Amino acid sequence: MSSVLFDAPGPRAKRTYRLVGVASIVAVALALWFVIGKLDEKGQLTAAKWKPFLTGEIWTEYLIPGLIGTLTAAAIAMVLALTIGTLLGVGRLSAQPWIRLPCGVVVEFFRSVPVLLMMLFTYALYANYDLFPPDRLALAAVVTGLTLYNGSVVAELVRSGVHSLPKGQSEAAMAIGLTTGKTMRLVLLPQAITAMLPAIVGQLVVVLKDTALGYIITYEELLRKAEQIGNFKVNLLPALIVVGAIFVIVNYFVGVIAQRVEARTRRRGHTAAPPLPPDQIDQAAVAIAAAAADPRSGGTA
Amino acid sequence: MDVISEFFSEYDGLGAFKTTIYLTVVSALFALLIGTVVAVMRVSPIRVLQVIGTLYVNIVRNTPLTLVIVFCNLGLFLQLGVSLANKDSNTFITDNNFRLAVLGLSVYHAAFVAEAIRSGVNTVPLGQAEAARAIGLPFLKTLRYVVLPQAFRGAIAPLGNVLIALTKNSTVASVIGVTEASAVMKVMMENRPDVIFVVFGIFAIGFVILTLPVGILFTSMSKRLAVKR
Repeated sequence: MSSVLFDAPGPRAKRTYRLVGVASIVAVALALWFVIGKLDEKGQLTAAKWKPFLTGEIWTEYLIPGLIGTLTAAAIAMVLALTIGTLLGVGRLSAQPWIRLPCGVVVEFFRSVPVLLMMLFTYALYANYDLFPPDRLALAAVVTGLTLYNGSVVAELVRSGVHSLPKGQSEAAMAIGLTTGKTMRLVLLPQAITAMLPAIVGQLVVVLKDTALGYIITYEELLRKAEQIGNFKVNLLPALIVVGAIFVIVNYFVGVIAQRVEARTRRRGHTAAPPLPPDQIDQAAVAIAAAAADPRSGGTA
Repeated sequence: MDVISEFFSEYDGLGAFKTTIYLTVVSALFALLIGTVVAVMRVSPIRVLQVIGTLYVNIVRNTPLTLVIVFCNLGLFLQLGVSLANKDSNTFITDNNFRLAVLGLSVYHAAFVAEAIRSGVNTVPLGQAEAARAIGLPFLKTLRYVVLPQAFRGAIAPLGNVLIALTKNSTVASVIGVTEASAVMKVMMENRPDVIFVVFGIFAIGFVILTLPVGILFTSMSKRLAVKR
């Protein structure tokens, strides 16, 4: 990373940097040594605890089914969230107050209620009214919770995508005689969705991580499988570390894809709006603030 | 509407929300502290520190919070015997679970705080840092007197979003037995399956009351405190 925060170092600064660099390597090494020593002392580094991960059984019986559980819930939730989110987002931009206001209330409500609360509630709801077969109950609750929250996030993304389009887009659409609905459908929405794409891929990381909340309502995903491996092979700590590594690898690659999509959107210029960056904490709100600060934008249908 | 009175009398719902707030505030302070250090490491001129900061953010951001919190309890406490409270105390289990939850929540959200501050650093114009260097300030003084004060003011909106996310995410602490709002909601729903809509409504509105003002406050603060340029 090139930075303006510091000068190109001279001989003295170079020496200081090297000294601090070496000191921090030593500090990290000492910390690692301490952790490894502690793990060893507690008998966590024995072959018996780690070897199971080299056997096919652990993978075919636990880790791969767990990963499939995580991916299934995330995929269904993301598809549903995109559908509901687009509808809510467009509804929130409607000129009719009786459409705009309810959509706004729904979006703000589900954005401020914790996903876990929604999962616990829908789990109890589905169980009480027998809405799903018992073996699908947890999946249904996980998917509902994720869909409601991420649907409202997608709705905000749609809204900020449309807001960040230059005014000229809707003005030009009006000038050639398109109705408000057609302006939205043919001109604004396609460009907004193109601009949203990196943020949507980034949101996939959030969805994947949040499937782990399913652990609390007994959904069979990676974390639950880690606990099962731990009970079966008496190696809970290694199992948690391995599952954590799987999450980090999968999510890291999804994050890299999101950055690629952002670069591609910027390069191809199929949208008049700047692409929304794939940040993980509620990027929609930040994007809206940024769009409001940008004097060029502000075009709504 | 006897459920509502039960919420206050029998289940100590207010106490549960108090725990949620306490959990959030304490974790937010630690997350701000760790996050600032990580952000400074990431913009520092020393390669090793940059790598450590980037690794921290990339690993923590891509790990589910539930895993982090479960790890704090099952891994750190039960497997490795790391405890954060006085073992002889009567409230050892409650204290220890609460502190482990604070540990997990702050370590997790620190990564997002670091990203928010870094985005704040990016809002500071080049000329500011260049001017600081021109009058001879070294790196740390450039940060402390010129860049970071402006960066924090530019990072208020994203920091507010992290705080809101932290408030909602504190519910995950119920997984290691902290009796905050979601844990109490679960018990109420199990005892009163006939009125789960009302129970969910009470707790959901509780979180709306907690998060909505924070959002409004941080948005107005980010406008009021924005550096005029």
